[in-house]
Amino acid sequence: MENKTMARAGSLKLLGLTVSPFVVRVRMALQLKGLGYEYIEQDLFIKGDLLLMSNPVHKKVPVLIHDGKPICESLAIMQYIDEVWAATGPSILPADPYERADARFWAAYADSKLLPAWVGIMWAATEEERVEKVEDTLKAIGHLEEAFGKCSNGKPFFAGDSVGYLDLVLGSQLLWFEALQKMFGVVVIEEGKAPLLAAWVKRFGETDTAKEVVPDVDTAVEYLKKLQSHRAGATVAQLLS
Amino acid sequence: MAEGGEEVRLIGSWASPYVVRVQIALRLKGISYEFVEEDLKNKSELLLKSNPVHKKVPVLIHNGKPVCESSVIVQYIDEAFAGTGPALLPADPYERAVARFWAAFIEDTLLKASSQASSGKTEEEKTEGKEKVAAAIVTLEGGLRECSKGKPFFGGESAGYVDVILGGLLGWVRAIDTMQGVKTFDPSTTPLLAAWAERFGQLEQVEAAMPDGKRLIEYAYARAMQAAAAAASTN
Repeated sequence: MENKTMARAGSLKLLGLTVSPFVVRVRMALQLKGLGYEYIEQDLFIKGDLLLMSNPVHKKVPVLIHDGKPICESLAIMQYIDEVWAATGPSILPADPYERADARFWAAYADSKLLPAWVGIMWAATEEERVEKVEDTLKAIGHLEEAFGKCSNGKPFFAGDSVGYLDLVLGSQLLWFEALQKMFGVVVIEEGKAPLLAAWVKRFGETDTAKEVVPDVDTAVEYLKKLQSHRAGATVAQLLS
Repeated sequence: MAEGGEEVRLIGSWASPYVVRVQIALRLKGISYEFVEEDLKNKSELLLKSNPVHKKVPVLIHNGKPVCESSVIVQYIDEAFAGTGPALLPADPYERAVARFWAAFIEDTLLKASSQASSGKTEEEKTEGKEKVAAAIVTLEGGLRECSKGKPFFGGESAGYVDVILGGLLGWVRAIDTMQGVKTFDPSTTPLLAAWAERFGQLEQVEAAMPDGKRLIEYAYARAMQAAAAAASTN
């Protein structure tokens, strides 16, 4: 399926999984830069040759293939897009080194502390474990709420007036928060407890980036049901990449 | 960026490989800094204030502003001090992406496996961890081949980002090799990595940053004994 081409990009292919936050954030980055690309949905149960050849080390999505050269790891891909198309569209990372470090720090936090926690909610074997994972998730959200206050400086997004790196890294996880609410009644970002983030979630959802890229929550719910019937106790890696 | 008037402090602890990474990066760039040794059993106000989220070392404080997470710090050093010393990340975006890939591999695959090997909850888990470590090192040999393209370092002619990320671990690798009578970077199965370890370890900037080998071994033994005592007392 060819996406509309607004900028000459050479040849771009993206191997992905529609509901994977790691893939969604890359698609958001491509959308921000106005880049056309061929999107190829992967079956992670039966991995295709192109995926295995392009990411032999991890065999995971996303993989961006630019003029035949594969780039792997979602954060590396986002920075690659930002650097190659520096002259096109808005910047994904800020220019200032300190602000870049801040964005990278919180992106690493969102992926290493927040993401495994909410994935843990979905895969908890016992009610006790689920409660523990919910606590871990809410604790991480608490830190991100504080981070939003500091990073945004009163502006609408983590990156300021418009979305950037951290907005995308966290924003790509939001569809799963909706899924968690539908399936487990868990509210990850509650207005009473995280008002700044709750407001940000609404604003983020209204951006073209989110509207054009993020799939419907039912797609995520369906995918989770499929995984539950196939694999008990899967790791994050197996689940979403 | 002028060196004069820059205040660079590094909060760290002498044994931490993550701290060693940052020291190597600063030294490769030729940036002078003040090292503040932290007692991790009695964390200072400065550390808690500078890294309230993780309360961990290393923390780089540049002109009063803290930067946390070793890989974030190393990239920060490369960008904030772009005019000083050699670049740690390559100029070409594709090569940068490849470097970031291998740095992520070292963190998410190699170090995770290493953690499982030493702290796994069961013997079975630990053994699986050791196997994963061995497999990761073989994969990393391929990474070195890809990045170095026949040159001495991951960064090519001179040490770069991936060299620093992996190199921070060298002190511990040597200690474990001595204590267990093994060769983590086995020259027969991973010749490039074995040669790299020798070469990288001999750089003066790296030697200056590495913890003292004997002291590290004593520390490792003491920690192992503490862990054993703790385990025995809960049985």
